[in-house]
Amino acid sequence: MKTTNHQMATIAPDTIENAGRRTFLEAGIAAGAGLLLGLRIGPVPAADTGHAGTAPAAAATFAPNAFVRIGTDDTVTVIVKHLEMGQGTFTGLPTLVAEELDAAWDQIRAEGAPADATRYNNLLWGSAQGTGGSTALANSFEQLRKAGAAARQMLVAAAAQRWQVPAAEVQVKDGVISHHAGHSARFGELAEAAARLTVPTEVRLKDPAQFKLIGQPGLHRTDGPSKTDGSALFTQDVRLPGLLTALVVHPPRFGARVKRIHDTEARAIPGVERIAEIPSGVAIIARDFWTARRAQDTLRVDWDETDAMTEGTAEILARYRELAKSPGAIARQDGDVDAALAGAAQVIEAEYSVPYLAHAAMEPMNCVIEPTDHGIRVWNGEQFQTGDQAALAKVFELAPEQIEIRMLFAGGSFGRRANPASDYLIEAAHCYLALRARLPVKLQWTREDDMRAGWYRPLYLHRIRAGIDSKGRPVAWDQRIVGQSIIAGSAFEPMLITDGVDQTSVEGAANLPYAVPHFRLDLHSPQLPVPVQWWRSVGSTHTAFAGECMIDELAVAAGQDPVAYRLRLLKNHPRHLGVLKLAAEKAGWGQSLPKGRGRGVAVHESFGTTVAQVAEVTVRKGGQFRVDRVVIAVDCGLAVNPDVIRAQMEGGMGFGLSAALLGEIRIEQGSVIQSNFHDYQILRIDRMPEVEVHIVPSAQPPTGVGEPATPVIAPAVANALFAVTGQRLRSLPLRLSP
Amino acid sequence: MLTLRINGTEHQLDLDPAMPLLWAIREHVGLTGTKYGCGMAQCGACTVFLNGAPVRSCSTPVSVAAGGEVVTIEGLVKGLGVGALGKVGQAVRTAWLELDVVQCGFCQSGQILAATALLAENPDPTNAQIDAAMSGNLCRCATYARIRDAIRRAADALV
Repeated sequence: MKTTNHQMATIAPDTIENAGRRTFLEAGIAAGAGLLLGLRIGPVPAADTGHAGTAPAAAATFAPNAFVRIGTDDTVTVIVKHLEMGQGTFTGLPTLVAEELDAAWDQIRAEGAPADATRYNNLLWGSAQGTGGSTALANSFEQLRKAGAAARQMLVAAAAQRWQVPAAEVQVKDGVISHHAGHSARFGELAEAAARLTVPTEVRLKDPAQFKLIGQPGLHRTDGPSKTDGSALFTQDVRLPGLLTALVVHPPRFGARVKRIHDTEARAIPGVERIAEIPSGVAIIARDFWTARRAQDTLRVDWDETDAMTEGTAEILARYRELAKSPGAIARQDGDVDAALAGAAQVIEAEYSVPYLAHAAMEPMNCVIEPTDHGIRVWNGEQFQTGDQAALAKVFELAPEQIEIRMLFAGGSFGRRANPASDYLIEAAHCYLALRARLPVKLQWTREDDMRAGWYRPLYLHRIRAGIDSKGRPVAWDQRIVGQSIIAGSAFEPMLITDGVDQTSVEGAANLPYAVPHFRLDLHSPQLPVPVQWWRSVGSTHTAFAGECMIDELAVAAGQDPVAYRLRLLKNHPRHLGVLKLAAEKAGWGQSLPKGRGRGVAVHESFGTTVAQVAEVTVRKGGQFRVDRVVIAVDCGLAVNPDVIRAQMEGGMGFGLSAALLGEIRIEQGSVIQSNFHDYQILRIDRMPEVEVHIVPSAQPPTGVGEPATPVIAPAVANALFAVTGQRLRSLPLRLSP
Repeated sequence: MLTLRINGTEHQLDLDPAMPLLWAIREHVGLTGTKYGCGMAQCGACTVFLNGAPVRSCSTPVSVAAGGEVVTIEGLVKGLGVGALGKVGQAVRTAWLELDVVQCGFCQSGQILAATALLAENPDPTNAQIDAAMSGNLCRCATYARIRDAIRRAADALV
């Protein structure tokens, strides 16, 4: 082994080595050789691991660390600490292990990790375990490559011992270990021998030029087979001996409380085990879903509406407009905005607004609580282990480690299953406690519960005044945002609220990339009884819409092309420039289109990933329109799984398009109007445009792709509609006047 | 007592005749590939074949299915009780795997059954025909572009 050009680090299982991650690529390329890195990975967990979706793999034969297990049947099981909710983490993270292990892709399996923040914390979240903010791949990039490299090193050492040859002469390729003297073995054959060796304290990682799997197309999703034959295990699918189903009747208005339950008829239905008031409503526990549903239909509840919310969307919007007249908490201030506005050649003022939105994952929220000898076992599409463990420990009066969590596949989440208040898990716990019997209970929300029980992307209002000089250049940008704080009152408050500003309310606006010398952003965070939560791409869901439409308005006021205008103002943002140029070029920006058709553009960075989209629309008489084609360019650093990136760009854009065209939760007198997919429409296949995805080549460390495509499409489509019709749409969903 | 034939196997079940077929399949027969998404035939996640035609099992009383031939995703993939549809179903699933259509996967059983029904009826659908046939199956991950491509691929493979 070469020992030059490497980094050494000492072992400290409870700390994380980040220096290597930062410098890995440059150093690796410069050195032209692998790196030797300190191995700071927890040991294999002693207990049974949780598992998502598939049957447990063959017995662990060789488990060198908390992330890799190799069986005598030659399967390599990668323990994935992040929730697979569609974003591809059960494929992306195993790719990192397989690469350094030199495994064959078809021997790789993925399995969900148990809740155990000592081994499976999110390295970008400090000591907490959870999935969100498009961090799964980024925080695992070095950790899992090390895990794979350590396993490889041990297999090689086992082979060297068995064949009595120098380890340096042992080769590994596509899951086969060999030596030029004619020796050859598969991983499974050496697993037991490798398991008897000491785990290395340092490992050498590959030079990126040696990558065989990272960056390659054709690595099929590890969850593809089980998700196409009905065997993938979601929380909804959990079946246990004695399992009961709980439905909950929630208050019809936010803030209402149970006054009286009329349940004589419901109790008489055979199979209804218990009906009881719980903090969030009335729990109905029965032998199966249908029995509980019938009981729910006959149950009547009188509600105490003394403290119930009386406002609706219209009143909230009116209140926000009033608030927007006074200054809020300053999020960012550069120069002298008032003076610059006063001296501007032209001032453009606009108000943008976005409604409440439900996540509406295809799998309505659910959770299974099962009593065990040691405490409680939770079966859940688990997105925030540390927070949920603590919350449930409190309800059950147990220690957090007595709450065992089985992380199952989630049938979508889009942020919903990482609830800072652990809302539906706590509700499931109360259902179990209300039962007063040691039987497992599955809380199952109906679609109506999922739609109406809250936790929405907040309604936001933006007011922007921008000034341009005589050459059309922006000289001042004054933006005010009004909307509920997602973070206030949660465990994240100390980290994410600074000087009265919820950073997630202003992300994507406070870091406006355009060169504007005088800039001010302030924020009002009014409190309302509507429960709110992050929704795929969080603050960017609204800041990208307001910012990218406004810059388009400025380009028009300046009489300049929207792409050229942006390019001039993005000189210090090479990644923005790169994606914008690429998307414009691939979309044929500037080429003429038939009458009634037009293009719009938007570019936005979120979670370290930059995305540009060009949308092509056709407008028909009467204000009907269709998005025909979307060209996407993305810069997410090194592209680990190009096909997963493409899929997230396609789907993330489609998710954003759904909100742009259709999404709105309306509240009237404290009550949600929508209830199911007939009145909360989501994008269907007939409105899905043709999509093209282009990935900017990069050797920078990888960043996430689950969220960044979502916020870009609404402004791109709004700008395209303006290009065709001259109508500037400033609220979502987008509706053209006839 | 009613008799349900699911994926070629008979089940004698003592159920409320009004119980939706979905819950009989999921909770009483134990086949969980068929999903509950909306309960009102709006999303298609619960799609199964009843006597060769796709139905929304969340809105089909189990009494309606009694005596009929039900096929779920599990049966389609294994070719159980599915007859000539089996070959189409296999081609659809293969195309789904080749193009990595799935994301969260929750709607995909329904998508695969709907696509199989489409190709059994129309072996060479246009994009517009695909959109019309598949617009009752929601996918919140918006895997729609790949669903279109996979249906075309399966159609080509079946020629």
